[in-house]
Amino acid sequence: MAEPAAPVLEVRGLKTVFRTRGGEIHAVNDVSFHLEPGELLGVVGESGSGKSVTMMSLLRLLPSPPADIRSGQALLGGRDLLAMSDEELRAVRGAKVGFVFQDPMTSLNPVFTLGNQVMEPLIKHMGMNRAQAEARAIELLELVGIPDAKRRLYQYPHQFSGGMRQRVMIAIALACDPDVLIADEPTTALDVTIQAQILELVKELRRKLGMAIVWITHDLGVIAGIADRVMVMYGGQVVEQAPVRELFANPQHPYTRALLKTIPRITGARESRLKVIEGQPPILVEPLKACPFRARCEYRHAACDEANPARRAIDGAKIGHGHDVACHWQAPAKAEMANA
Amino acid sequence: MLDAHPAPLVQVEDLKMYFPIYTGVLRTQTGNVKAVDGVSFQITAGQTLGLVGESGCGKSTVGRAMLRLYEPTAGRVLIDGEDVAKMAPEALRRKRPSMQMVFQDPQASLNPRMTLAGIVSEPMDEHTDWSREKKTERVYELMDQVGLNRRFVNRYPHEFSGGQRQRIGIARALALNPRFIVCDEPIAALDVSIQAQVVNLLEDLQEKLGLTYLFISHDLSMVRHLAQKVAVMYLGRIAELSPSRDLYARPLHPYAEALLSAVNEPDPVLAARRNRIILTGDVPSPANPPKGCNFCTRCPKVMDICRSVKPELAEVEPGRLVACHLYTTQADAGSAGATEAKERNQQGVSQ
Repeated sequence: MAEPAAPVLEVRGLKTVFRTRGGEIHAVNDVSFHLEPGELLGVVGESGSGKSVTMMSLLRLLPSPPADIRSGQALLGGRDLLAMSDEELRAVRGAKVGFVFQDPMTSLNPVFTLGNQVMEPLIKHMGMNRAQAEARAIELLELVGIPDAKRRLYQYPHQFSGGMRQRVMIAIALACDPDVLIADEPTTALDVTIQAQILELVKELRRKLGMAIVWITHDLGVIAGIADRVMVMYGGQVVEQAPVRELFANPQHPYTRALLKTIPRITGARESRLKVIEGQPPILVEPLKACPFRARCEYRHAACDEANPARRAIDGAKIGHGHDVACHWQAPAKAEMANA
Repeated sequence: MLDAHPAPLVQVEDLKMYFPIYTGVLRTQTGNVKAVDGVSFQITAGQTLGLVGESGCGKSTVGRAMLRLYEPTAGRVLIDGEDVAKMAPEALRRKRPSMQMVFQDPQASLNPRMTLAGIVSEPMDEHTDWSREKKTERVYELMDQVGLNRRFVNRYPHEFSGGQRQRIGIARALALNPRFIVCDEPIAALDVSIQAQVVNLLEDLQEKLGLTYLFISHDLSMVRHLAQKVAVMYLGRIAELSPSRDLYARPLHPYAEALLSAVNEPDPVLAARRNRIILTGDVPSPANPPKGCNFCTRCPKVMDICRSVKPELAEVEPGRLVACHLYTTQADAGSAGATEAKERNQQGVSQ
């Protein structure tokens, strides 16, 4: 490979299916991406676009059945997570890969003290004894900005506010110094001022610790502020992928373009009417044979009904490394749409 | 009211909603959660007032207390000239058709065992003596208005998507031709691409039917789009009440300023350039609010007076009401108060 550094995580051709009574739901369809060291990859999409299922599949966190990972590879430091034994995988979860979930209210165990929950991965994965783990736990809580960490260690989750709990979740995820942190809508359940606090914290932690982060969200505003690179998902597949500034300045996929137009802003002129994407996201009851966005797309033409478009690079770079899009339609050149 | 301004349809005066706290074996009342503590505003007929704030600031409680879903502790709520807050039960019942609500969670606010027709016609069963044919006709009419296919009339809520369910909730609210609708976070549970659909629908209906909205939301950019006036709430009180354009261009209250600066900018170039005000700490508990200004524990421009005296909502610029000592203490001192306050405000920003 021509890249300067080997990716910390590389996913190839991931397919996940849910088997339900009503048939199969094809939640993730041939998703490939990679994550470079120290990079923050934003994953954007609506609910049901497959963004969470993709990341949960990597660590096999989905109950099976109904989930079934049909194919694909997820290489973490050269080892395939999807081919590992449960034993090996357990050593990866929490140690090499940290996970922060959306809802800080429900992802902590209410009957254990925070200390217990922060120290658990330290004792399990790092082989620390209680005293060492406690010292490290205090260090971690201070790192994520929890004042009076020593006393707080012996309190229960209900004694913390939502923002504080999310800080604790981040501390737990960071406990074993993971190479990769997967954050699944970590700020969605929080208020805007608390959200801003957490975003600042993550930026600061990245500077200090330098781990690679996958940040799942439906909020383009969050992505614009923190991501290096963005992957847009729709219908269980990657429809567009580009560095963040490139994506916002030069969106190629009709879905990305529409999505950028639907969000009202707090600066600039007020739109007299919001742009909408008509229709509903698809229900993926069968493998995609045509473009999943075609029913809502304003540029639909014959080719869209005939084949599901493959990702194609638009700037000559290798797919996944520059700007690529999965669409049959050619967006007009940047100059033409500069003021569109 | 006397001059060219259209009369307000809704007038709220010093609304208070306290929830008692009981403790001990005898369950004696030991305090109050002051969820809403003296809120006043007006809404002009046919317009939208945005009510924004973080969770727990009391914005939903204001909406519910106004429609008497809670019994307000004190204050007046005049809707079309009648005080809803003190109305007798029978009179209130007759008043209900003119004031309705659209709830946040379309999943939880629709009875899963009723069909769409049942849900939308229930208000008519309660409040009218229409014939079955007339009700059915009205259900179809409402379905057309909110953009639901007539074929879905006998389906159950679980057969609809989130956006469609919210349309059902809106159709139900419209069933009795209300004049005033409280929209309590109607789009918070929906996906971005669906939010815009529902917001456009609400706007169309307002224009067509002359509705007046109280739009409660934490989404500041959506409120900017919808509302003519915006009230920013913090811990049970209004911090700033300004015309939408002025508020978004130049927020006066430090909390309004911080709140707007916390909104994520969906443009990476601007986002990198922006200097955000990051508030420290959390919102204090409304059971034990700080002495003085409610915002004094987190305010970046806090002064001594803020910790002891509660600022009152006062007009500091034409049409703009702010509850902050930065503006009022200076104004009391002399005529040049407003400019001094502005300078002071700017110093606060540069620090």
